Amino acid sequence: MSTRSSDKSSTRRILGPFNRIEGDLEVQVEVEQGTIVKAWVNSPLFRGFEQILHGKEPMDALVYTPRICGICSASQSVAAAQALAAAQGLQPCRNGELATNLILAAENLADHLTHFYLFFMPDFARQSYANKAWFKNINERFKAQTGTAARQVLPARAEFLHLTGILAGKWPHSLALRPGGTTRTVEAQEKIRLLTTIIMFRTFLQDVVFGDELEQLNALRNEEELKSWQQSHPDSDFAKFLMVADDLELEKLGGASNNFMSYGAYSNVGNNAEEKNNGESDHLFKSGIWQQDYQSLNPDNIKEDITHSWLSAQSEAKHPYHGSTIVDTDEENGYSWCKAPRLNGHVMEVGAISRQMVDGHPLIRSLVASSGANVRNRVIARLLELSLVVPEMENWARQLQPKAPFCLPSNLPDEAQGAGMVEAARGSLGHWIRIKNGRILNYQIIAPTTWNFSPRDSNDQPGALELALQNTYVGEDKNASVIIQHIIRSFDPCMVCTVH
Amino acid sequence: MNKNFNILWLQSGGCGGCSMSVLNAEAPDMYSSLLINNINLLWHPSLSEASSEEFLALLESIEKGDIILDALCLEGSVMQGPNGSGRFHMLGGTGRTMMEVIESLTKKANYTVAIGTCAAYGGITMSGNNPGEACGLQYEGHQAGGLLGENWLSPGKLPVINIAGCPTHPNWVIDTLAQLAMGDLTLENLDSLKRPRNYTDHLVHHGCPRNEYYEFKASAVEQSDLGCMMENLGCLGTQARADCNTVLWNGDGSCLRGGYACINCTAPEFEEPGHSFTRTPKIAGIPVGLPTDMPKAWFIALASLSKAATPKRLKVNAVSDHIRITPGTKVEAKSDKEAEKQ
Repeated sequence: MSTRSSDKSSTRRILGPFNRIEGDLEVQVEVEQGTIVKAWVNSPLFRGFEQILHGKEPMDALVYTPRICGICSASQSVAAAQALAAAQGLQPCRNGELATNLILAAENLADHLTHFYLFFMPDFARQSYANKAWFKNINERFKAQTGTAARQVLPARAEFLHLTGILAGKWPHSLALRPGGTTRTVEAQEKIRLLTTIIMFRTFLQDVVFGDELEQLNALRNEEELKSWQQSHPDSDFAKFLMVADDLELEKLGGASNNFMSYGAYSNVGNNAEEKNNGESDHLFKSGIWQQDYQSLNPDNIKEDITHSWLSAQSEAKHPYHGSTIVDTDEENGYSWCKAPRLNGHVMEVGAISRQMVDGHPLIRSLVASSGANVRNRVIARLLELSLVVPEMENWARQLQPKAPFCLPSNLPDEAQGAGMVEAARGSLGHWIRIKNGRILNYQIIAPTTWNFSPRDSNDQPGALELALQNTYVGEDKNASVIIQHIIRSFDPCMVCTVH
Repeated sequence: MNKNFNILWLQSGGCGGCSMSVLNAEAPDMYSSLLINNINLLWHPSLSEASSEEFLALLESIEKGDIILDALCLEGSVMQGPNGSGRFHMLGGTGRTMMEVIESLTKKANYTVAIGTCAAYGGITMSGNNPGEACGLQYEGHQAGGLLGENWLSPGKLPVINIAGCPTHPNWVIDTLAQLAMGDLTLENLDSLKRPRNYTDHLVHHGCPRNEYYEFKASAVEQSDLGCMMENLGCLGTQARADCNTVLWNGDGSCLRGGYACINCTAPEFEEPGHSFTRTPKIAGIPVGLPTDMPKAWFIALASLSKAATPKRLKVNAVSDHIRITPGTKVEAKSDKEAEKQ
């Protein structure tokens, strides 16, 4: 960490490296009288997957893209498989879609759990909170590595991921996810084991995380109901977080654009579409955007801007089908390897809170109506998703038909293009592939944290985290105050995906 | 009780997947395993409390020699680009390249451990035209050298220990670190590519549930067929050095049990097989890359013999996605024979 004065009243501080996030992050802040007036977010690692993929056989994207990220690995596989399916107009078979939902949900929920217990909560067990009335309790429970929670959470997480052992061979980095479905067929007894594993995870959530039935959580409609639920279940880990959030006023920290986007999560094939959404949506959580109200999403309006990236050869923001990734370390305006994706020129926030805003969960809509997207509400949305998705997983597993196919053959044309747009734990993940002469001509990826942690664009609009840090009071402490860390971690950033 | 064995875990040009995989450790969980084996995790990017300046203070203490570093674990390739500058990976908040930080720490650490194929040999990050100028700690693909040079030895007199795999199995990592902490790991425990022989004395083929199909050369044709995936679907399990089908992943999974090919991810340059990963290259109909320690002519002779003897059950099931013909019983076999006579 270093500081330097830019003028009399303000100081520029360079903060990092931040841990308990996935990958590498550096943040610069300009502080005036203890308040951040401007922030610059830098993704300091570049590997070049988009260059690696150029010229490869299209199906080999299924090997390379999951290895962009070890924590969003299955999401990357699903996005690649869907892009390859779109390029050949292939609709996966029903079992394949159900198995894909289950694999994706296993990863997403394991990630939500990892984030809450291993990445986010340990910050409240820091010595800087030693004078708080709740410190002893939180410290014993959530202290990094030694807290009592980790000893319960690690085995529960590992057993839950047995789903991927059965359905995908392993996690991370599976080749089971294909354009036509999944390679692993499931027998009757394995269907029972899948269900058992999901129900054991439900039991863990009900006993440890929530102290209540998931259906009770899912039925909460507004802030008042959440408050009264919290009072009647004070010993659950979720209630402990809500108590700390109240005391530290986490709902006042980390507000961003309040523009929310979701590509739509989990294929609706496994459910009775009419019952779920009156035939409205292809997804369990529908796609769309929320800017004051719900609007449908037009992916043609997604463009990536590289004004402040160490990249060149692109004079204006481009749709990913036509985007390029050419390194230019001398780019004067550059301060990150990350590009700046925008929808209709707007900064969008993605993640669990955006999925639930767009889909219209009453509790999240109520919380955001009163305090916007912020540190507390982002965490609540993530935990709510744990509770919302597990019952759906039980449905999907019940609908598997052991003697029916799981995978349809793939037959890619030599020239084609396709997009795969999925929801990873951290938000909207898109792959755009163009194929020529049977090889990959262009492969562009926009990951969730590319949206959330983007640099400024050509209009000098800050990205979502840059906005979220602005106007935050951090005091005179020259260190990366714990408040900054709460804000950063509330997004559950995945930096290896961000730049890829 | 032994004193604690201090390890520092850093990540560079990789995906973090080996860390995520080690969190899948079971019976016991990762934290308990470290505790039982007297391993003290000084710092890990995903798990430790210390962030920013707290971490930088720790780094300084290690570099000054105030804290003894028993083992440095690196996950991810070393990023040398662009143009050898290392700027593709800067350690946030420091202005230092990770390349320089890693090199500095390897001088302090008694042992240096590469976690995953990226850190060992360059791995996936080196694919294509290697845009990041990635390399491994002591290898660049098959070529010895890498960041530290072919003849480099750590202060503890071992080369870089290459726990290769993409990702690594939790047991490979925990067992190797535990062996190091006990003082049990010597050069004899490493194979010719400096991988722990704990898992590379085996082949992925060992314990493959498709072995009967392999024996009779009853091959899968489409993805999700039940047959052996060597002839058509690119499976390298008969050559790949690892115990994946006996140690098993996430309960009782493995790539082959998941219905897809082994891509030999514990080997240098697995990332560039020279053909599509899931299609077996052939010359005159014979797969290229047969088991490495078997004379080719014998393999072909045995293969044609066993193909001629393949039971109908295997022939049919090999190209089906579910078992269509079940193994018979004695009674059924007898009545089949009688039916033939008539």
